Amino acid sequence: MNQNILTTNVDTSPETGIRTEEMLLNVGPQHPSTHGVFRLVVKIDGETIKEAIPVMGYLHRGTEKLAENLNYTQIIPYTDRMDYVSAMTNNYVFCHAVETMMGLEIPERAQFLRLIAMELNRVASHLVWWGTYLLDIGAMGPFLYAFRDREMILDLFNELCGARMTFNYMRIGGVKWDAPPGWIDKAKEFVQYMKKELGNYHKLVSGNEIFINRIKGIGKFDTKTALDYSLSGVMLRSTGVKWDLRKDEPYCIYDRFDFDVPTATEGDCMARYQLRMAEIEQSLRILEQALEQFPSEGEVIGKVPRVIRPPAGETYVRIEAPRGEIGCYIASQGKDKPWRVKFRRPSFTNLQILPKLLQGENLANMIAILGSIDIVLGEVDC
Amino acid sequence: MSEEKRKPTPEEKAKAAAEARAKAEALRKLREQGAQAPQGEKEAEEVPVQAQAAEPQAKAEPAPSSKPISEMTPEEKAAAKKAAAAEAIAKAKAAKEAKEAKEAGAESAPAPKPFSEMTPEEKAAAKKAAAAEALAKAKAAKEAKEAAQQADAAPTASGADAEAKAKAAAAAKAKAAAAAAAKAKAAREAGGQAADGADADAKAKAAAAAKAKAAAAAAAKAKAAQGESPAAEEAPKAPSKNQPYLDKYVQRITEVFGKEVLEAAYINELGKEVPTLVIKTERWHEIARFLKEDEPLAFDYLSDLHGVDYEDRMEVYYHFYSYINRQSLAVKVKTNREQPSVPSVMDLWHGANWNERETFDLLGIHFPGHKDLRRILLPDDWVGYPLRKDYVQYDEEV
Amino acid sequence: MELDLTSIAPELQEELERNVMFTTLETVKGWVRSNSLWPLTFGLACCAIEMMGTGGSRYDLDRFGVIFRASPRQSDVMIVAGTVTKKMAPLLRRLYDQMPEPKWVIAMGSCATAGGPYVRSYSVVKGVDQIVPVDVYIPGCPPNPAALIYGINKLQEKIRYEAKTGKRVTSQ
Repeated sequence: MNQNILTTNVDTSPETGIRTEEMLLNVGPQHPSTHGVFRLVVKIDGETIKEAIPVMGYLHRGTEKLAENLNYTQIIPYTDRMDYVSAMTNNYVFCHAVETMMGLEIPERAQFLRLIAMELNRVASHLVWWGTYLLDIGAMGPFLYAFRDREMILDLFNELCGARMTFNYMRIGGVKWDAPPGWIDKAKEFVQYMKKELGNYHKLVSGNEIFINRIKGIGKFDTKTALDYSLSGVMLRSTGVKWDLRKDEPYCIYDRFDFDVPTATEGDCMARYQLRMAEIEQSLRILEQALEQFPSEGEVIGKVPRVIRPPAGETYVRIEAPRGEIGCYIASQGKDKPWRVKFRRPSFTNLQILPKLLQGENLANMIAILGSIDIVLGEVDC
Repeated sequence: MSEEKRKPTPEEKAKAAAEARAKAEALRKLREQGAQAPQGEKEAEEVPVQAQAAEPQAKAEPAPSSKPISEMTPEEKAAAKKAAAAEAIAKAKAAKEAKEAKEAGAESAPAPKPFSEMTPEEKAAAKKAAAAEALAKAKAAKEAKEAAQQADAAPTASGADAEAKAKAAAAAKAKAAAAAAAKAKAAREAGGQAADGADADAKAKAAAAAKAKAAAAAAAKAKAAQGESPAAEEAPKAPSKNQPYLDKYVQRITEVFGKEVLEAAYINELGKEVPTLVIKTERWHEIARFLKEDEPLAFDYLSDLHGVDYEDRMEVYYHFYSYINRQSLAVKVKTNREQPSVPSVMDLWHGANWNERETFDLLGIHFPGHKDLRRILLPDDWVGYPLRKDYVQYDEEV
Repeated sequence: MELDLTSIAPELQEELERNVMFTTLETVKGWVRSNSLWPLTFGLACCAIEMMGTGGSRYDLDRFGVIFRASPRQSDVMIVAGTVTKKMAPLLRRLYDQMPEPKWVIAMGSCATAGGPYVRSYSVVKGVDQIVPVDVYIPGCPPNPAALIYGINKLQEKIRYEAKTGKRVTSQ
């Protein structure tokens, strides 16, 4: 929208007789709606944003450097804390990278447990997104509903692996704990319950006129931009690219289950909202099938050497996290500690499009757009 | 043991086996002489190369292989030693041979790419050198394989006799399987010939990876007490399913830019068999543009960009994906540690923007061409680049 | 009318005991402050999600009088939930300074207490008490919402105790 960036006040032309000034507004890092410690410096002219400069790094904890001094199993808890809302997928991408390097076989039951954990976590993560997004937009009720249902998922996880949020559940070669007796039935009940609740959520929010007016038509971008900016996940699917790593480069046992990949074409916030709700539905579908086919017995961790030493070399794997495509690169030199670990975080990459989307927008739309990108700061900063 | 992926006709196999054996003998002798090995290898290579083509088929049978191996075991050991000595020369020659071999359609055993064309012995030698660090045994196994294949029992015995034999047997099978791979490798070789002189690192790495694979294959088959190949590969090294893609990329790039820009090209076995190219820094930007805009390549999506700090160099790793062709590609660009600098690809893929800033922030690699290269994750007044191996915390007391 | 305090009828005595209490002004202030702690939303990392969960519908914080305020000028207590990095530290101090007296700080989680799992990292402040004085430490990674409620209750007890025994309520 505007070309001259930066610096000081900009006077408008004298003809109009109005002298306006550009203001530098600092949104965050402590802000209820920035999803964490994220700072957005916006230059505004009245209500219109001329330029937005994101500043991050307020949560940079140096996971990658720490990982160079830890052996592979010790890194797994650190992966939890990157995208702390959906920790199971982080666990999985790291374990998957090491297992790809070592060529390990994962037992069937462990695969099922991993898949069920990841899909439950996807539902939980989308619920958190839904609750906080609506809280940012101004609705207080859905937040409580979302967290109520999320607590049920966290109860399931609590039984399964002892923790509510940072699970440390997966290990190289499988998972750590087996499902306790009765857990599968509880999970099945939850899936049925959640399907009904999802209908209630749609009734509550999706038809709300204020809501639709607030998010329809803003934050639009097209496929070419999306590919150029390396967007992934829902951001990419909202422009029409039918791409889901669970279907297109299947990992774990996703290829056994039948699910759709919802896409939209508008590319605006409304499309992303609809897509995430549809994704919850698809996840519940996968969960139903997986819980049905759950093997009644089996090992939960495969034959793994006592000291995990992948061969020298490097690998890069990527999977579909709720926020997009998460990738893990490991360079190993044949020792029990990695030489370099790098996580390609979806929130970090997806956030690059924010300055572009915010140019020319109203200040009020800024929060709605930021929320629809669905970032988690632990992941942006790693 | 399972072998092979291809079953050559019996006559071919016999012929190849016979030829190979003869050549192997010659080669072994050469090795034993050491210095002359390379030359002999070269000649032998051509013959074996052709024989090899037939060999894969021959390899399939353990019988011919095992025989030569048993005969050769002691010889192999000696030859192995010599081969190691002559590796350097052999490698150079192998590179050349590789080209020739390609034409001959040699199937290089799954050796490190640059070496695929070399005679089995050369390959083994080269491999040994490269894999010395990690996969010495693997090399031996491979050599055994190759030897077995050629029925010449190229000296492989770097390890125990039994091992060598077993490996050779396994190698034979693997070779059969790898015949196709070898061909592909040959193609790669063409592209990656620079590998010979090019970075030792890349080659070593590739070699290590390849060797690991070969070793794994051999080890798996031989069930020798290797304990080395941690990468449990499938038995014989089948030609990777992405080999044709790698060849295509290499071919396209060398067509347009010439061979010398590609330092190495190989399939990363450990990384889901993604084709990996190592490209020279100076011309990286043009090649990146080419990768994006060229029709058959069309890599429009940059999945990951980051830097890695090795002790002697730094590398920037790129991972591309093409939605049109649905193929992945990994590219590595090396740079030195004192003044690391890699041309920026931000103008081609905007997604590279923050990734390059992060790499600059944590590793200190400059990206000339980047419009706004400043720190992103650390405070602006931070001193030093934390992810470097020699980083010293500047504010210890906090 | 003459009021004879020495001989009060038992019914009157009961009535008095029910309806009249004697205390000091300080204790009243302590009681009031502890039961309406308004925290500043200072969620930094994973502990923030647990804090949000504590404020959610299952572990309700509103029943303790805890309402999350976004502005430091209107809050009493700062619950530092998450890892404090060196980049964030000056801002944290500035926010603490902007809070009016009386104010307290709760360090939630092991990262805020002492650096947590990131204690060996190059960019993490090893404990928020290097920057602001902390009243209550809550261990855990992340602490259960019940643990956070326990910590808030402990802070309430501390406030009441300090009020009753005359120690200064504000932090030095």
